[in-house]
Amino acid sequence: MLSEMEKSFIERHTKEVYEKLKSARVAIAGLGGLGSNIAVSLTRAGVGNLLLIDFDKVDISNLNRQQYFQRNVGQYKTEALAEILKEINPHINIEYKPVEITENNVREIFGEYEIVCEAFDKAENKAMLINSLADKIIISGSGMAGCKSANKIKTRRAMKNLYICGDEASDVGVDGSLFAPRVAVCANHQALMAIRIILGKEDV
Amino acid sequence: MIILNGNKTNGFEKLSVLELVRKNGYRTERIAVEYNGSILPKSEYKTTVIKENDVIEVVSFVGGG
Repeated sequence: MLSEMEKSFIERHTKEVYEKLKSARVAIAGLGGLGSNIAVSLTRAGVGNLLLIDFDKVDISNLNRQQYFQRNVGQYKTEALAEILKEINPHINIEYKPVEITENNVREIFGEYEIVCEAFDKAENKAMLINSLADKIIISGSGMAGCKSANKIKTRRAMKNLYICGDEASDVGVDGSLFAPRVAVCANHQALMAIRIILGKEDV
Repeated sequence: MIILNGNKTNGFEKLSVLELVRKNGYRTERIAVEYNGSILPKSEYKTTVIKENDVIEVVSFVGGG
């Protein structure tokens, strides 16, 4: 029995697209500026299964770019985001783990998920994820700090299984602080690439 | 001649991947290397010797997210 939302989705996108997205499984590593935006976009776009991972709690300073609200301050990001996503689509399946990802647990954490959106803040952790999950499709975010033109943000297929979204140059702290729109542009490059892959388009 | 990040390059044959990484100023903790189509584990940077016609991609990450 389809809900109103699912019926309207099928009307706009066709049943075939709806089913591909609904059965898709995407993991999101990090639920900050990139991760929370990726999660919201994928949920709105109809992705049916998400794995959310972040060890942190929502801080008031996060609200400048992350998809949390005043009421979420102090809550674990995993829990807060799961609640928010279910308010968008009550039918979405969400698995979450409030843990820190390290070299020692990374393979176990991602299990059978084939598409992983890398949404960490530290460059070292971004590299660690790519080096540890060589067999999975990774869509990474690198370079979205500061206020330079959003036109510099691109999606590039850097390796067979690695897509990089961002300007690949603007380093937080060095090149500026993080502004909501520029971070969201990068995050949505990642979300769109995930959707494209789910629908069978591997090119950028 | 090898292909490094899409460009034909000379001068790296017989060096290790680690030496190539250092010569190009990369920070090893912020990179991933694809060597002839597969991601090269960091533990193999030192022992992998570059040879003629190798295809290497080095991706360097910056912070923020």
